[in-house]
Amino acid sequence: MKKVGTTGLQMNEPVIFERSVKGRKGVSPIEHDVPKANVSELIPARFLRSETVETNGAALPEVSELEVVRHYTRLSQWNFGVDSGFYPLGSCTMKYNPKVNEDIARLDGFTSIHPYLDTDSTQGALQLMYELEEYLAEITGMDGVTLQPSAGAHGELCGLMMIAKCLKARGETRTKVLIPDTAHGTNPASSQLAGFKVVKIASGTDGCITLESIEEAMDSDVAALMLTNPNTLGLFEHDIVEIAKIVHSRGGFVFCDGANMNALMGLVRLGDLGVDVVQLNLHKTFSTPHGGGGPGSGPVGVKAELAPYLPVPRIKKDKEEYTFEYDCPDTIGRLKAFYGNFAIMVRAYSYIRRCGPEGLRRVSEIAILNANYIKERLKATFELPHDDKPCMHEAVFSDATLKEFGVSTMDVAKRLIDYGIHPPTVYFPLVVGGAIMIEPTETESKAELDGFIEAMEAIAAEAKNAPELLHNAPTTTRVSRVDETRAAREPRLVWQP
Amino acid sequence: MPYIPHTETEIEEMLKSAGADSIEELLTCLPAALRVEGRLKLPEGLTEQALKETLAGLAAKNRGSSEQSVFLGAGAYAHYIPSAVDHIISRSEFFTAYTPYQPELSQGTLQAVFEYQSFVARLTGMDVANASLYDGASAVAEAVLMAGRITKRPGVLVSRALHPEYREVTETYLNATPEDIHEIPYCPDSGTTFVDAIETALGESIGSVVIQNPNFFGSIEELARIATVVHANGSLLIVVVNEPVSLGILKSPGEAGADIVVGENQSFGNALNYGGPYLGFMACREKFLRQMPGRLVGETVDTEGRRAFCLTFATREQHIRRERATSNICTNHGLTALAASVHMALLGPSGLVELAELNLSKAAYLRDKLNEIEGVSVAFNSPVFNEFVLFTDAEPDAVLKALGKRGIVGGLSLSRFYPELHGHLLVTATEVNSKADMDAFAVALSSIVEAEAATAGE
Repeated sequence: MKKVGTTGLQMNEPVIFERSVKGRKGVSPIEHDVPKANVSELIPARFLRSETVETNGAALPEVSELEVVRHYTRLSQWNFGVDSGFYPLGSCTMKYNPKVNEDIARLDGFTSIHPYLDTDSTQGALQLMYELEEYLAEITGMDGVTLQPSAGAHGELCGLMMIAKCLKARGETRTKVLIPDTAHGTNPASSQLAGFKVVKIASGTDGCITLESIEEAMDSDVAALMLTNPNTLGLFEHDIVEIAKIVHSRGGFVFCDGANMNALMGLVRLGDLGVDVVQLNLHKTFSTPHGGGGPGSGPVGVKAELAPYLPVPRIKKDKEEYTFEYDCPDTIGRLKAFYGNFAIMVRAYSYIRRCGPEGLRRVSEIAILNANYIKERLKATFELPHDDKPCMHEAVFSDATLKEFGVSTMDVAKRLIDYGIHPPTVYFPLVVGGAIMIEPTETESKAELDGFIEAMEAIAAEAKNAPELLHNAPTTTRVSRVDETRAAREPRLVWQP
Repeated sequence: MPYIPHTETEIEEMLKSAGADSIEELLTCLPAALRVEGRLKLPEGLTEQALKETLAGLAAKNRGSSEQSVFLGAGAYAHYIPSAVDHIISRSEFFTAYTPYQPELSQGTLQAVFEYQSFVARLTGMDVANASLYDGASAVAEAVLMAGRITKRPGVLVSRALHPEYREVTETYLNATPEDIHEIPYCPDSGTTFVDAIETALGESIGSVVIQNPNFFGSIEELARIATVVHANGSLLIVVVNEPVSLGILKSPGEAGADIVVGENQSFGNALNYGGPYLGFMACREKFLRQMPGRLVGETVDTEGRRAFCLTFATREQHIRRERATSNICTNHGLTALAASVHMALLGPSGLVELAELNLSKAAYLRDKLNEIEGVSVAFNSPVFNEFVLFTDAEPDAVLKALGKRGIVGGLSLSRFYPELHGHLLVTATEVNSKADMDAFAVALSSIVEAEAATAGE
């Protein structure tokens, strides 16, 4: 096995304040072409900073431009991204982020437009948003889409608020949301924020929701079933159509967390399966970069009954002119200032236009092929708790076969780093003990998958023969295992001199 | 197909390993009757070259700051972004990574976030700051919910001079919970929040009071006085800053007595981008830390005792606490926060003060210049930073339209948000507005208002 991970020259780099030298400047001095205002004449002293620049609380570091560039370049070298190597972080869809999208998003006609410009000046932006809404509606089988939410969890909140408002309009008070035990943590958190109580639904033995559990739980106090499809075990909820029928017949809505949409494009549409609301993650399925933790974008698609409740403003097309519609009396209101994460929409729109309908379908097919390839090849080495049928875009293993060697999922994850691979999502979903959740995505080649499979096999052998290699891992990174307990017990959240 | 590396031979081999004859065989769990028939109704795929041309065509249909002279602010500010900012955030080790769940290979992101938290805490005069929130508006909503958890009081007083869209977002968030929102009016003379009205409205049920500074009209609020009044009632003061460049000269909200400071950090390092992505920030007193939403990075050590960073206080968060979390936020705005950090580091303390003074000087120049015009006056008498409200006798929409024909976007007509402020324009000037452009604005406005007055007089 040829390990990709190796040592390399990494620079030490202090916290930027420790590079500070009194009097040093970064950007060149700023020129005034107007008379320099006398600050204390314009603003009374009680509103001004009492401190001098040298000692004031705003004291930013004093560093040169090169020092800033070098500082952040070195920090970047301690990081690992999709461009660095294989990043099979389950449920996060760490696919390649096309470079052309970055160039397009930086076009002056997109970056320099102020959100309050008259719509005469922003027809291109509005056309892009309008068409992106249409594309997402087509891909998901929905009747209306909003692009406003900033991330998946924001979209969940948006969808749940629409359901609450629609129920109110029907004259009903329903207080509960049903959520399977495999759900992302954001689902219950968003439900709570939207004012609902959470009822946990246990998955069946095959990892999917059972008709019986919904039959039993679905009463007149349930506003919605919030499921993820494919679910976080990488399994398609095979009874979704019947489940949706039960939920609908008893007056509830079906909300689908669309985090795993990468498995479905051009194959099935959630709207056709009975889903009433879906939130998407443009930073997962639609190739926009994850940014070290955002910004993402979380559009929401809804069926016609819920469309009046979409956030304002809506984008309207009248002949060939695009405008904003603010007069939507039933709307839930607004979830952010302005219209959404526009620069992220530009990237997602570019991705959809580049791929086209056949390309998107191929994306999902190959994402499924890659996941099944890993699943079949690794199941001899790691326990695969749910193996009744093919998986979708990801596969979840457990650490059951490792326990006898005193080795945990975390040890495997850390050892993978030494092999030059970003660990999968670990200890999630909660229904699998020591879960190892692997989502390869379609942009990884067979060679890359083979390297990963061999690394996992080698690590399983090490677990048996030399477990200390796993316990001590990683050894090739800038730091070894980090003391997270101390971080919480002795909080140091800002730099102190 | 774009971005898919597989050869046909490899697909065959992989299918064989997966025990299937075709990809279709892997899809048997999908309901056959409900499969997509044929293709999705989407435009045909494009080559990279054609894609670039198509999107350049869309971009060309917009007229941004390089094609017009724009005097808009109102929560989204055009500032000069040093070139180094985009070069650094374009390092793909930063932008193709995700949330730093595995600290050993995410030290770059983690240290950068730690530094960002430190910058924000220092800028706002607070003890701690989080890794970022979505935007200024949602940050206000989160702060109000946080104050409700801390004080266990359901009411909130919100200044009418808070950005109207921030007020709308707060209302949307709070609709689902029992919190009550009460609006506090502003003084028609000063454009600042009516402090006596806060005092009257405060009561046992009020958990927090939300004040923007400088407020939506650009006016500087009496924060210290408001803090005294609010604290006397046992409530928390939430200060909102959506033009953080102002903190180069203004007293920090922490020094003025704020308990939670939230706002919009777009001004640092982030382009206008038609309203997003920007980045919300949140800072607070240390004692409120455990009620704070969002990611937090802390300093610690590795097994060898070396300095290291990791995500911390995760027990507040949704992936651990689920429905009992302090917020549902997961993905936040890491990359835009990095851009803000790099810009702040490049400015340094003296650069920030200079930039703030320059903005103040530009706005003061423009304000004086426009105030000289017959039929135009400055609406409020309070001190301002880089934006101010003008009143014209002429019909504001007609004025803006006429200015637009001359390539000038003269400001935001306030009647859209404040029916009582018909005829009022919010005008902003930053370092990107040149003296020549401001002079041209004044000349144009003068002739337009004169022409409007002549027409009205006929």
